Amino acid sequence: MSTDFQKTPHAVPALEFKSSSFSVPVLVLSGNDLTAIDHQLQKKIQLAPEFFKNSPIVFDVQDLNKQDLDIDIAELTGILYKAGLLPIGIRGGNELQNNKALELLIPIYSQHHSVSTESLPKEKNKPETQKVPSAEPKTESSTTLITHPVRSGQRIYSTGDLIILAQVSAGAEILAEGNVHVYNTLRGRVLAGVLGNEEARIFCSDLQAELISIAGNYKVSEDLNESIRNKPVQVYLQEHTLIIKDIV
Amino acid sequence: MARIIVVTSGKGGVGKTTTSAAIAMGLAKKGHKTAVIDFDVGLRNLDLIMGCERRVVYDFVNVINGEASLNQALIRDKHCDLLYILPASQTRDKDSLTQEGVGKILEDLSKDFKYIVCDSPAGIEKGAHLAMYFADDAFVVTNPEVSSVRDSDRMLGLLSSKSRRAEQNEEPIKEYLLLSRYSPDRVKLGEMLSVDDVQEILSLHLLGVIPESKSVLNASNSGTPVILDEKSDAGQAYADIVARYLGEDKPHRFIDEKKGLFGKFFGSK
Repeated sequence: MSTDFQKTPHAVPALEFKSSSFSVPVLVLSGNDLTAIDHQLQKKIQLAPEFFKNSPIVFDVQDLNKQDLDIDIAELTGILYKAGLLPIGIRGGNELQNNKALELLIPIYSQHHSVSTESLPKEKNKPETQKVPSAEPKTESSTTLITHPVRSGQRIYSTGDLIILAQVSAGAEILAEGNVHVYNTLRGRVLAGVLGNEEARIFCSDLQAELISIAGNYKVSEDLNESIRNKPVQVYLQEHTLIIKDIV
Repeated sequence: MARIIVVTSGKGGVGKTTTSAAIAMGLAKKGHKTAVIDFDVGLRNLDLIMGCERRVVYDFVNVINGEASLNQALIRDKHCDLLYILPASQTRDKDSLTQEGVGKILEDLSKDFKYIVCDSPAGIEKGAHLAMYFADDAFVVTNPEVSSVRDSDRMLGLLSSKSRRAEQNEEPIKEYLLLSRYSPDRVKLGEMLSVDDVQEILSLHLLGVIPESKSVLNASNSGTPVILDEKSDAGQAYADIVARYLGEDKPHRFIDEKKGLFGKFFGSK
């Protein structure tokens, strides 16, 4: 379900696949009344018509499905097109909705876990976000530095890189949109490239993690090879496989 | 201003109340006017361990609700004039505690007392939260087993993020590790985590190790804090802990297997 768009062909080689992430507005639906959606959408767009003009949009129907509300995907996309938006993805849809979306040539996105939720839903073994045309500039990323121990039950999120100088306890969770560095024992769950950056890496000086994940590709502690446990390692992604290597 | 100490752990049954009673008694015996408060509303135990259950008239919740004055509710200990107990209410629940109410009581006590020991209930809910919220120092009581260690770790996380000092960006709560029910024999057999194992997981300053000891149960049953049993290993361990907390330099004991005099106290299976 790759959605990579290509630029115009160059001389030689004609093409190349690259991964990159974009920030795209997501329309989260909480009701299935199409008239109300149409009306409220128009109202919102009138506030900033230029911003929304031809903007790509992913619509999220997870909340609807949670409430057991169904929605006609074809009609919904019609409303979006009419509002000047270009739907480029569905998220949180059920099988029926996803199939309908595919018929309309709208890609399906895996569930995105919100940063604010207390417990993370089970990781999908797929990149969270894929290449889509950019509508707005990428938000400024920043590095977060933590110098105190990250205790069980604590959760740290960085929009850029995350650097931790103290230990990360079992039951703690550290997430970054970029790379994660832990210059101490790493016992908790670590997720790098949470928005789909497959170039993100994880570095730590003592790997005892419960779970490691880069761009949604994860391994749990049980799957870790004994040879790289309790060692300084780096973790990176190679063709959707996590590679864990000693840092020498 | 008084120093507020919370005795906490997350997990239940690790020895919080025993520790609270012993530490409070130890501080009072060293000449510091000390109050010990039972935050375990609904599951009142501290009064039993302190042997003052027959003298409880008013309690913590009465004071918060303005039904009694602090002086009416405080019970003077029969062993030490400088030690006072504020018992919990047995007929209410933790929701009877309010942050303002607890804050007010601690503030009032601070004027008169040197140390205030808060005996936290197990868990991380309201009672435990309020017990640690105003603390200056935290005694984290941990047993040498994995679930207790993890719960302590969780508690440490809360101490550093959900306390008054954290919220007001003041100097963080000073955290101390008290490893209780320690049995060097069982550590040697690989049945128990060692001091080093626990310290590696928690990376915390070790204030003392309290050995698994029959004297603790005896002390609890008789309502005398175990620290008063000066012959017992647990009593001595608590005395060391109080001394270390007050800045004395005492070498750690009860970590290794001892032969002879203390050997017989160590936990057998």
